[in-house]
Amino acid sequence: MENNNEVVLLDLWASMFGMRVRIALAEKGIKYEYIEQDIWNKSDLLLQMNPVQKKVPVLIHKGKPICESLIAVQYIDEVWNDRSPLLPSDPYAKSQARFWADYVDKKIYDLAKKVWARKGEEQEAGKKEFIEALQLLEAELGDKPFFGGDKFGFVDISLVTFYSWFYAVETIGNFSIESECPKFISWAKRCLQKESVSSTLPNSERVYEFLLDAKKRLGIE
Amino acid sequence: MDSSDNEQVRLLGKWASPFSNRVDLALKLKGVPYKYSEEDLANKSVDLLNYNPVHKKVPVLVHNGNSIAESLVILQYIDEAWNNHPFLPQEPYQRALARFWCKTLDDKILPAIWNACWSNEKGREKAVEEALEALKILQDELKDKKFFGGETIGLVDIAANFIGYWVSILQEIAGLELLTIEKFPKLYKWSQEYINHPVIKEGLPPRDELFAFFKASAKK
Repeated sequence: MENNNEVVLLDLWASMFGMRVRIALAEKGIKYEYIEQDIWNKSDLLLQMNPVQKKVPVLIHKGKPICESLIAVQYIDEVWNDRSPLLPSDPYAKSQARFWADYVDKKIYDLAKKVWARKGEEQEAGKKEFIEALQLLEAELGDKPFFGGDKFGFVDISLVTFYSWFYAVETIGNFSIESECPKFISWAKRCLQKESVSSTLPNSERVYEFLLDAKKRLGIE
Repeated sequence: MDSSDNEQVRLLGKWASPFSNRVDLALKLKGVPYKYSEEDLANKSVDLLNYNPVHKKVPVLVHNGNSIAESLVILQYIDEAWNNHPFLPQEPYQRALARFWCKTLDDKILPAIWNACWSNEKGREKAVEEALEALKILQDELKDKKFFGGETIGLVDIAANFIGYWVSILQEIAGLELLTIEKFPKLYKWSQEYINHPVIKEGLPPRDELFAFFKASAKK
């Protein structure tokens, strides 16, 4: 039986990066202690556990911190390697999973931010690039149920968490993601049928309120 | 189909790019023979666009007809496809740490140093401060180890080729003192071990050519 204190997660409920780690832990059935962080007033624990980036999420296992959500997900997969594999075992398939998760990391947050943080022409450009990125991902998904094939896995985990921010981005940007990317939406809904995903993704309207508040605090109109 | 064609390893790269060079170093450390093609990014080849349609960048590794892009993804692939001279330890926490430092190199440390070396007068002071802070973080991680990987070259060492080799050239061109023996004795010592390592030495591009290349870029 696992001691709850062995696994601790420092996180923010609205963080799409933190959600990735929560989904991975849920997929593996790992019990953990969740400690909500106030990102506007960072705790000593957070600064001690992630001195380099000072960000959430931070997974702490037996007192040792693992920072960066995708690194934490891989760590979870390697430690609890007796159940629900999140990454394929074939080196080439694994490299493709890492490549697409890296693509999500490089593009999706920043492009979404262009939509919610900018106005006018910049925002319009952001909307176009954001949709194009999602459409590229749709093309990569193809006819497969999940990015890894038949099973929900690493790329799905890296990406589906952004779905909880779509309502906020659509509302602020005044556009519909579903009308441009219906395949993406149906894939996201398929992921949501999984308990690990549906129990992790927060209410979209709550996220929208969070984002409006964040914009105020950051001084973004 | 000829089995030697199937085993063929090909690298599409740019000789002056540290990202491309990482893959050269990795393949050489594993003793994997490969074909190298120099890519002209101003005039991208059909092969490059075919093998890396998403980013259209180098490096790209092609193995058994399959292509892999993004240097850190490629390095991990090479480590997993060839079992000799492992770049990563077996223990999951140490592996996570190595991956973290590779990512931190790319996300934070390399950009800070690059910015400092190419900064104009206005932004210089702040850029240099951030570069020095980044080098300190890296030195703190190295501690007293011979290499980031311990006694042997590991994933972080390969990823840190920019620090070990490119920085000395770029800082000279920029007239800056970033990585020096006075400021960062342990990291400097590592850089010397690194560039004198028999395999790494053979795999790095020639210093005078690299100097000339970046000096020419600085003039533009």
